[in-house]
Amino acid sequence: MSAARLKGDLYAIYSIWLREMLRFFRLKSRLFGSIASPFFFLAFLGMGFRNIGRIPGIPEGVDYMSFLTPGIIGMTLLFSATFAGLSVLWDREFGFLKEIMVSPVSRIAIVLGRTAGGLTTGILQALIILFLGIMLGMSLPSIQGLILSLVFMILIATTFIGLGLAFASKMEDMSGFSLIMNFLIFPLFFLSGALYPLDQFPELIKILAYFNPLTYGVDGLRYCLIGTSAFSPLTDFAVLGVCCAAMLFLGAYLFETTEVN
Amino acid sequence: MDRELMDREPMDRGPMDRGPMDRGPMDRGPMDRGPMDRGPMDRGPMDRELANGIEREARQAKAIDDAAISARGLTKRFGETTAVDNIDLLIRKGELFGLLGANGAGKSTIIKMLTTMLTPTSGEAKVWGYDIVRERSQVRSSIGVVFQDPALDGMLTGRENLDFHGRMYGMDSALRKARIADVLELVDLKDKADIQMQDYSGGMKRRLEIARGLMHRPHVLFLDEPTIGLDAQTRRYIWEYISRMNREMGVTIILTTHYMEEADFLCDRVAIMDRGRIVALDRPENLKDAIGSDTITLVTDSDKDALIRSFQSFSWIKSISSDNGSIKLQVDHAQSRVAEIVLEASRNNAVISSVGLHKPTLEDVFIKFTGKRMEENGSRNKRAEMAPPRGGR
Repeated sequence: MSAARLKGDLYAIYSIWLREMLRFFRLKSRLFGSIASPFFFLAFLGMGFRNIGRIPGIPEGVDYMSFLTPGIIGMTLLFSATFAGLSVLWDREFGFLKEIMVSPVSRIAIVLGRTAGGLTTGILQALIILFLGIMLGMSLPSIQGLILSLVFMILIATTFIGLGLAFASKMEDMSGFSLIMNFLIFPLFFLSGALYPLDQFPELIKILAYFNPLTYGVDGLRYCLIGTSAFSPLTDFAVLGVCCAAMLFLGAYLFETTEVN
Repeated sequence: MDRELMDREPMDRGPMDRGPMDRGPMDRGPMDRGPMDRGPMDRGPMDRELANGIEREARQAKAIDDAAISARGLTKRFGETTAVDNIDLLIRKGELFGLLGANGAGKSTIIKMLTTMLTPTSGEAKVWGYDIVRERSQVRSSIGVVFQDPALDGMLTGRENLDFHGRMYGMDSALRKARIADVLELVDLKDKADIQMQDYSGGMKRRLEIARGLMHRPHVLFLDEPTIGLDAQTRRYIWEYISRMNREMGVTIILTTHYMEEADFLCDRVAIMDRGRIVALDRPENLKDAIGSDTITLVTDSDKDALIRSFQSFSWIKSISSDNGSIKLQVDHAQSRVAEIVLEASRNNAVISSVGLHKPTLEDVFIKFTGKRMEENGSRNKRAEMAPPRGGR
């Protein structure tokens, strides 16, 4: 690839990211809407179970709000990242995808630009949820923990942007959207240990949870933010890192081969 | 017949002409399989034949090299259906070329293949000298496309849509600013540039898209049904923009349409498509000439036989027929013959109650080649909407 081509692609990645930012901040309702549902989970579950006594599986000295917040951050990232990946469908529906696909920008730059956009909005929402969690009584994370948690946030978001992109590349229209939401995204969320410890699941379901990348993401976030985790943080990092690379590759590959009719 | 037309003088091209492009040895086409393969040369009559052969092949090769678009055996199948069936096409640089056909005739599929949005099932094509499968990104850099359905971001303003486009084509900020001002001027949208796309009317969107297609100064501009669903006045404006860009900037334009008047008014050459094939291809006037002469229809109550007998003395009347109440005369340049015919009738004391004159239209050509009217197939073709702006070149 020539230097000029590379420069053009980098500029295109930036431009696609910029468009995502413009769209995101222009629609205030979308910003509030995307924060609202994780916030309700956080507030109502958190306050409701706050005084229920010790929940089995949660380590001694960790209150439920502190346990829950990293889980809800994982949820926020899961939803916003999958949406960002699937937003290719909107562009397909409204025709804008053709404008992007017919330009001389390489497909990989298009994927990276979208990923960068989804990452930015996802992490922004995650940080807002973290802030709200702290307001609601979560224990304060350390600075190192906070910085380290950003790494996990990036990995979680990228994984599910890749997943969304893979689906969007193979779907003709938006009819499959609610299927994906109900039969993929919600199960991924409930099977991640975001709301309660995995110990409570029956063995069979526990095995399913081990195949869920979000499980390791939420666990890693807990390690960073509240200092407790079910697996070693290195395991979390390694598993999530592999998932992230695989999903991004899959998403990029399927997007690359997509035809725009 | 298009081969001959290809040999006309190359068109004048404006400042857009970027001069000869660098081409690899891949691009030479038929020259590769030249006469060199025929073994040692003989003296005698064979020589001239050979020389003619070389000349012909050289001319063909030059035509392909000079072509903005060349396609050979281009085919696209979707499962069982063949949308585009073995198309050969040669479009000159600077030409305004029309693909005319009903919905589903395969026009848009050709455009999608030539713009790299779809991969051909078989056959090959080059756009501005680049292969549409192997050199996609060079093809994309050479073309501008206005799709049939809007391809705009509704949440961005007109200016932001154009700005995004400029960025995708690697223009720096100063260049973008200048070009955006240019193209907005061209399509009269300067004062609407800063409102969001979703508040634009259909015609404004279409104009903005045409502006956007031109912004990066493409060599070849594809317009897929540029005026579909627009009112008569807007269509008229858009026709003007299209023909102005072609004339003044020398952009090669390929448009698809199912409006006869559009193809007739705008295009240097028209290809009529039916069921994935090109069934006729020529200049609109040649197509019309080819299907026959004009018809003069006289309605009269007088003695038709006597009248017909007297008309038979005119050598320029090609044929005469009559049915109840009317006489039909086949004539070239009918408008200059009407007076003579009416005069002859009055010499015969015949009373003419009306005179009708019908010149062949592209619609007649279309019916002749496809055996059907456009309305029979076009579900989207709403007559009321397309009230044809009259007059032509």
